Amino acid sequence: MAIKPEVRKGVEAICAEYSKEPSPLMMILSKIQKEYGYIPLEVQEIVSAKTGIPVAEIYGVVTFYSFFSLEPKGKYVLGICLGTACYVKSSQQILDKFEQLLGIKAGQTTPDGLFTIEAIRCMGACALAPAMSVNGKVYPKVTPDEVNKIIAEYKAMEVNA
Amino acid sequence: MEQIKSAAVLDKNIKECTAIIDAKLKGEGGKRAVLICGGTGCLANNSDEILHEFEKQIKEHGLEKKISVNHVGCFGFCSQGPFVKIFPEDTLYHTVKVSDVKQIVEDDLINGKICENLLYVDPATKQKVVRQDDINFYKKQLRVALHGCSVINPDLLEESLGYDGFKALKKVLTEMTPQQVIDEVLASGIRGRGGAGFPTGKKWQFAANQKSEIKYVVCNGDEGDPGAFMDRSILEGNPFEVIEGMMIAGYAFGAHEGYFYVRAEYPVAVERLLRAIKDMEAVGLLGDHILGTDFSFRAHLRLGAGAFVCGEETALLNSIEGKRGMPRPRPPFPAIKGLWGKPTCVNNVETLAQIPYIIRVGATEYAKIGTVGSKGTKVFALGGKINNVGLVEVPMGTTLRTLIFDIGGGIPNGKKFKAIQTGGPSGGCLTEKDLDTPIDYDSLIAKGSMMGSGGAIVMDEDNCMVDVAHFYMDFICSESCGKCSPCRIGTKRLYEMLTQVTNGQATPKTLEDMRALANVIKGGSLCALGQTAANPILSTMNNFPDEYQAHVVDKKCPAHVCKKLMQYVIDPVKCKKCSKCARNCPVNCISGVPGKEPYVIDQSKCIKCGTCLAGCPFGAISKR
Repeated sequence: MAIKPEVRKGVEAICAEYSKEPSPLMMILSKIQKEYGYIPLEVQEIVSAKTGIPVAEIYGVVTFYSFFSLEPKGKYVLGICLGTACYVKSSQQILDKFEQLLGIKAGQTTPDGLFTIEAIRCMGACALAPAMSVNGKVYPKVTPDEVNKIIAEYKAMEVNA
Repeated sequence: MEQIKSAAVLDKNIKECTAIIDAKLKGEGGKRAVLICGGTGCLANNSDEILHEFEKQIKEHGLEKKISVNHVGCFGFCSQGPFVKIFPEDTLYHTVKVSDVKQIVEDDLINGKICENLLYVDPATKQKVVRQDDINFYKKQLRVALHGCSVINPDLLEESLGYDGFKALKKVLTEMTPQQVIDEVLASGIRGRGGAGFPTGKKWQFAANQKSEIKYVVCNGDEGDPGAFMDRSILEGNPFEVIEGMMIAGYAFGAHEGYFYVRAEYPVAVERLLRAIKDMEAVGLLGDHILGTDFSFRAHLRLGAGAFVCGEETALLNSIEGKRGMPRPRPPFPAIKGLWGKPTCVNNVETLAQIPYIIRVGATEYAKIGTVGSKGTKVFALGGKINNVGLVEVPMGTTLRTLIFDIGGGIPNGKKFKAIQTGGPSGGCLTEKDLDTPIDYDSLIAKGSMMGSGGAIVMDEDNCMVDVAHFYMDFICSESCGKCSPCRIGTKRLYEMLTQVTNGQATPKTLEDMRALANVIKGGSLCALGQTAANPILSTMNNFPDEYQAHVVDKKCPAHVCKKLMQYVIDPVKCKKCSKCARNCPVNCISGVPGKEPYVIDQSKCIKCGTCLAGCPFGAISKR
């Protein structure tokens, strides 16, 4: 995959931004993940060239932390909370329902690039259990019946867009 | 704000700010204040919009000079949020919606009439409660670490200064030697709130004994225990208090730099912490020669990236150093050789939040709270099958019964209490027989669980304990860093064996093997994650042997949770042949004739999704 010049520039700028910090790799990767949504190998190579850290080490870090991803995520990231408080209130059923309706498993993205399902480990909204989030917007006390509605809500936004 | 470069200027500012907060809460000059919960839970319930609506309507009525509105930190009673509190009357409104703002503004703020319909109703007495302190949930609590949460505006340094902030810092910098600070913290008896309960003063002493120009304080805010949100709420509600605690630690053992390591999943906490650091730098409370003394200190922030193991202190240090978050062998302990090889103390958010209080009131006073071996208070995140889900701070020694039934309000829907899991994936479950156990480090360990960081998840009769153990094992298995084989391979095998149990494929031999393997993982792992990984299994096996037996021998899940061991059935007598279940079934496995023949589920096709049961208007469908 060829990296667009503006992306290369952006990634290099991020590396430069943290160049004065001690051990800046995590900060650089967090920022790239936030800005571009994923950190493919080609981008890791740029980071390596800029920081002098071997690509193997960078790859090791990227694959270790669940926040970093090698592939782009869907336009809407459906985060279903599987923290204990949500789990004992049947959040697994919510996840099952999303997987069933979208035909993908947690961690995967729909072929149209619209939805990614993520099983997340507690967002600390335990009073709202079972909770889920779509691109950070929290949905409290979700029931399996609402799953359809939530998907439809975002599909409708696409049609109207 | 002016530069605070000496103790005298700090004193002056504290005095002025205290007077302002006092006036605000007492309503001097006929002014009133509206405080709105800005914790993550309430923000998810639109408390941001509620704030804007208040601002808008107050402006429309031309009352900006008379009424102030701002966000505060977590009220703790999260299941009843969002909260709006009106001063000076101290009226507390709960589950407020944006549409309620008009009523509060017009009835209460303008006409001084309490909005009865928005008051909390005590479920037992059915009485309406006006003031927060009169609600049962709050009566047995004591707020030390949560000092200022739900009172001060966490975005304003002035409000912190007006609410006891930096009094302790001034005291240590002007009146105490570093050794006196360590001695005071040792004498207070405080133990680390992150889980293991190591005496904080001792840790500081180890680091103080090291001769090194460079030392670090690290604040562990990588709250990975699912279902726990104590540290997040403290950082969101009063970030200044934690920074102050960190600075006192730095002064005590000779560190001039501090690192906060906070989960990236906590954007609100991160934002408020960053702003607090910036504002303190701007007035000189962080930087060189603080208050004109020789003490200099800088605070930095590093974000986690979603790895549970980084809550382990040596893994956390590796993560700050930009490496994979894998634990290091100990010794050498971080106090000897920590961040970038320098002496480092890693303290939990809640531990640091208690330090200013200890210094303010003195060790003797602090040590009066709690039990012989566990001093002070502990914050718990009460969650799961409990009426009052939320954040609770109680003196050590409070019994589980008080926590669950008096403060937590018991189990919803008339269900029976089954177990409470403390210590998260590293802890264990405690049952009915343990309810009178006082909460302290040693009693909980004696009962086969642990204090942990403060997650407390309540389960009722509808929860299957084998399934809960399976859940934790899945968690541990995917969060194991992979460094040592007992944990990496052992947890995977344990998970597979537990899957056999929940699928009904296990034999009594499986249970024996699980126990044996659990002990190997416990004894053979490098870090606490592995050493405690088997706790949820061992503790559920010990407390609920019958449930394991039912899965293994009778091939039944008594709580009807494990899908392979349960069925949905339709009672032909109760079935009104309406066909709703058949229409809702996603796999079309329910058949019958509308109005004529009762419906039947084809068990071979059923995916156990439960849609039919949830939708049946006649209660004809049940789990078996």
